[in-house]
Parts: sequence; structure tokens; C-alpha cells
Amino acid sequence: MSVDIATVKKVASLARIAIDDAAAERLVPELNNILGWIEQLSEVDTEGVAPMTAVIPNTLRLRDDVVNADPLTGGGIRDAVLANAPQAEHGFFTVPKVIE
Amino acid sequence: MTVLTDLGIREIRDGVRVGTFSARDVADAFVVAVSKAKPLNAFLVETPDHAIAAATATDDARASGEVLKPLAGVPIGMKDLFCTKGVTTTAASHILGGFTPQYESTVSQNLWDAGAGMLGKLNMDQFAMGSSNETSAFGNVISPWRRSDGGNAPLAPGGSSGGSAAAVAARICPGATGTDTGGSIRQPAAFVGISGIKPTYGRCSRWGTIAFASSLDQAGPMARDVRDCAILLEAMAGFDAKDATSLKLDVPQWEAGLNASLAGKRVGIPKEYRVDDMPEEIEALWKQGIEWVKDAGAEVVEVSLPHTKYALPAYYIIAPAEASSNLARYDGVRFGLRDLPEGAGLQDMYAATRAAGFGEEVKRRILIGTYVLSAGFYDAYFTQASKIRTLIARDFERAFEQCDVLLTPTAPSAAFALGDKSADPLAMYLNDVFTVPSSLAGLPAMSVPGGVDKAGLPLGLQIIGRALDEQGVLNAALAIEERAGFVARPEAWW
Repeated sequence: MSVDIATVKKVASLARIAIDDAAAERLVPELNNILGWIEQLSEVDTEGVAPMTAVIPNTLRLRDDVVNADPLTGGGIRDAVLANAPQAEHGFFTVPKVIE
Repeated sequence: MTVLTDLGIREIRDGVRVGTFSARDVADAFVVAVSKAKPLNAFLVETPDHAIAAATATDDARASGEVLKPLAGVPIGMKDLFCTKGVTTTAASHILGGFTPQYESTVSQNLWDAGAGMLGKLNMDQFAMGSSNETSAFGNVISPWRRSDGGNAPLAPGGSSGGSAAAVAARICPGATGTDTGGSIRQPAAFVGISGIKPTYGRCSRWGTIAFASSLDQAGPMARDVRDCAILLEAMAGFDAKDATSLKLDVPQWEAGLNASLAGKRVGIPKEYRVDDMPEEIEALWKQGIEWVKDAGAEVVEVSLPHTKYALPAYYIIAPAEASSNLARYDGVRFGLRDLPEGAGLQDMYAATRAAGFGEEVKRRILIGTYVLSAGFYDAYFTQASKIRTLIARDFERAFEQCDVLLTPTAPSAAFALGDKSADPLAMYLNDVFTVPSSLAGLPAMSVPGGVDKAGLPLGLQIIGRALDEQGVLNAALAIEERAGFVARPEAWW
């Protein structure tokens, strides 16, 4: 499979990365080179092989069902959460207006 | 008089314990060495206060007769992928410019709890994506090594943990943290002539480590020798309830368990690791490594890992796919850069922020990841790659029925000059051909220096072990280290 300039622009928009025509044009051969190389995977017979979901067998643990079981990752840390926001007002993250 | 910056981790720890020198003297010596080494561009942020505070605490503890912690008096460098509370953490990207974590990563916390101090945050490939340290938003790290043939071209320290590798090799820190997703500890360790181990996936908590590809990322130590790696890894590893993939196991006493005798052990040589165009010197070093492990008492057997050639292309589907979702969080809202063009809406802000904040290699991988996960291609690419990953893990399981550890070269060449491969992403990816398969299988693997090439540049040998057998890996590496007698070091030009 190979990509053209329209596909690159479509993928970039899905990835939420703005690109201009020149960058998209430059990426077409680069991505095709990489995609052409990974194409060799199709020659492997994987009939009946389960895709790997966990690299080391491990059981999923559940956290204690209590509020703020871990103070580091729990609630009550609004200021710490907002500390790095490019723009925060009144205790909220702010974004450009999305509703007219 | 002892030059304190020439000492490794064990020597510093033991010297501080018996009072040969104070922790403060050690910290001061390394702080000065770091500040003098700016031409290497290894440190993004220097934190002398952190190192000196830990040293002072150690000296005070010793003065009052307390039992010293395992890493008391040891200053280290911290890869900039680990969140450090109150200290800028950027993953060498612009998109995290000015990000100051309000929390400490588990790995770094474990190290501070063990008494270590931090000399600073180490440069790296942006978001750990790269094999040469040329994708950092803050400039290339320059390897402290120079070719002995008169060529003065600045060399790549390897990547992504290139700052860590350069700093340890240049003796501006005695040890450092690295992270390894497809070889990012082992390949740079090989390029600069130091040791580095990626433990079994799940040994080190990923909590607070900036994510690249979550099913592969694993922290590990980089230091001057095998014993120092064992000491550091013991302090870094351990169960963490905050990471769902953390293994609930006790940390073995790897340092105490070190034993360079390989009597009764079988070392496997995977025949598929002979790649086309492999330099003759790498082949020769590998043969030498085989002789060394035989000399240590091991029996050598040839094994087959038939899916080896598919590991790298599978990796370049799985890692970008995971990266494309992990990096979706950088949207200009909660932290880091925001680019809000005049009159732009929310979607435009996302796209502009990500365009401005991510480097070229990061964008390339996000686009590949987005493409292989997109409707219509998901099964052909991602599912197929995940199935091949199962086959690769199965290859290793079968090989380990015949042997205890595997011996391979770490990288297909010695360090190359900066700029040599940066124009061709595929040529760069091929650098990880020997390290990626064990990453895909989650296995512990280590690089140890084996010798130098014609131009005097270091070459590494890799040991791959069974899951959770870090001890077997460290022991085989130690057997090689003792026989290789690697003493080459870069001459200070910085």
C-alpha cells in the first residue's frame, strides 16, 4: 500500500497536525519508503496466531474502591493539575470558544 | 590523589561509607565536571543544588552514625524522560517547553529514596524517538569520543539515551538513568563504551516516565561497568501500584548475586543475527565474545530465531501506533506549548500547537501510527504486527529451551558521524536491528563493551536473557567484561 499527497493530508488531519503542501509533498516518498519496507510483514503466515496483548503474563490489579486511594493520583489536587496549563482561569482549563 | 570523577558508583558508595572522602566532595567534583562539559550538550538542565543537598544529607547521616542508604553519596544524571518534581522535564521537545512536573516519577523517587542525588536532566532524542540524538529540540549531543584516524567529525552518542551515554562516558556523572523502547539504552551504551541493561518489561515502574510506546518502554541504568549497573538497577526497580503493568515481585539482590563463572551454562548464538554488510570488525568481536564465554566455562550452542528479520518492521508499526495515541495528549490545553493563531478555533489550535511543538521524526512516527491504525488498514498492519510479535516471543521461548542466555552484537556498526544517517529515516531505523527483537519480547538485555574498531571507537556485545533472569544476563556480561579488559576512554577535548 502506498500513500499520495491527499492521503498524507488526511492522516495529518486525523493526527491533528497542521501541515502545508510542501511538507505533505516531502512526506509522501518518506512514508512510502517506510511503508514499502514494512510491507514484508504480509509474507508471514500468521494463520491461527493470536496477536500479542501482554508482553509479560501479568494479572490486572484493581485499585481499592475508596475515594483518593492514592493521594498522588487521586483528587483534591486542582492547583497541581492546573499548574502547567498554558491558560487557566477560575480553576478551569480554558480553550478557544467552541460554541457560537 | 584520587580524581573523584574517575570513580564509578561502587567506588563512590564504598568510599563514602568508610570515610575515604565525603559525599559533598564527590558532589562538588561532579558539579564542576558537568559545568565544564557544556560542549557535549549532554545536560539540558543542571541541578547542583539537588546533588549537594543529597550529599549533605549523606554526610550528616554518617556523622550521626546512621546506617547509610544503598546509593548514599552517589550523584547521578537523570534522562529528561523522567518527570522530576519542580525540575523542568521536556522529553527534549518544544511541546513540553517549560513543563514543570508537580510529581516525581517512581523510578527517580526510588533513586532519591536510596540516597542518590541528581546532577541534572540529560538530553535525549525527542520523546525517545531516534538512534543518534539528532532529534532533540535542544541540539545534538556530541559523543566524547573522536576517531583516532585523525577524523575530527563529531560523532553520534547513539540514542535515544544519548545524553546519558555521553555523560557517563565523559565521566561527568558516574551513572545515569536511561529508557529503552527498541534499544535506547543498549545502542548508545555500545557507541560510547559503557554498560547498560534493559530489565524485563515490568521490573521498573513506568509511572511518571513520559510515554513513547507503552508496551515496550522500560527504564534501566547506564554506568561504567556491570556491577554499577546491578547496583543502580536494584535501586530503580520494584513493584509500583500506580503502574498497572508493574510486576508484583521482590527485587533480587543482583549485586550480591554477581558471579562471572558460566560453568554449566549454555550460551546461544542466534544464526539469524548475521546481517548483510555487517562490518568484519563486528563479526570478529562476536567471535571473540564466543571465545570469552567458553573461557568462562559456558557451552556454546547455535540457536535459531527464525522471525528475526520481521522484528524491525513489526516494531515500526507497533511503536508508532502506540506513540500516536500516547502523544495525543499534547494538545495545548493542559500543559506545555499552546499555539493559538489569530481567530483560530479549537481544532486549529490543536493542529497548530502540534505542528509547532513536535519535531520532524516525532511527526513522522505519529503519522505512520495514525495511518496503520486507521480504518481499513488496522488489520493488515497493526494486527499482523501484533501476531508477528507473538511469533518473535515464541522464537525466544524455544531458543531458551536450548540455552540460558543469548550472545549477539549490540549494534551493526560503531558510532557514526552526526549527520551521516539523518537524511534517511530507514537507514537510521536499521541501527536497532539487534536490540528490537528482545524489546518486542519484553526480555532483559544488556550491552557490555567488548573492544574497539580500527578507528579506536567502542563496540558492544549484547546478552539477552529469559524473562526475569536479569541475574543471568548480568553474570554473562560480567564474564565478558572481565575478559575484554576494556579500558579505552575518550580523551577530554571539551
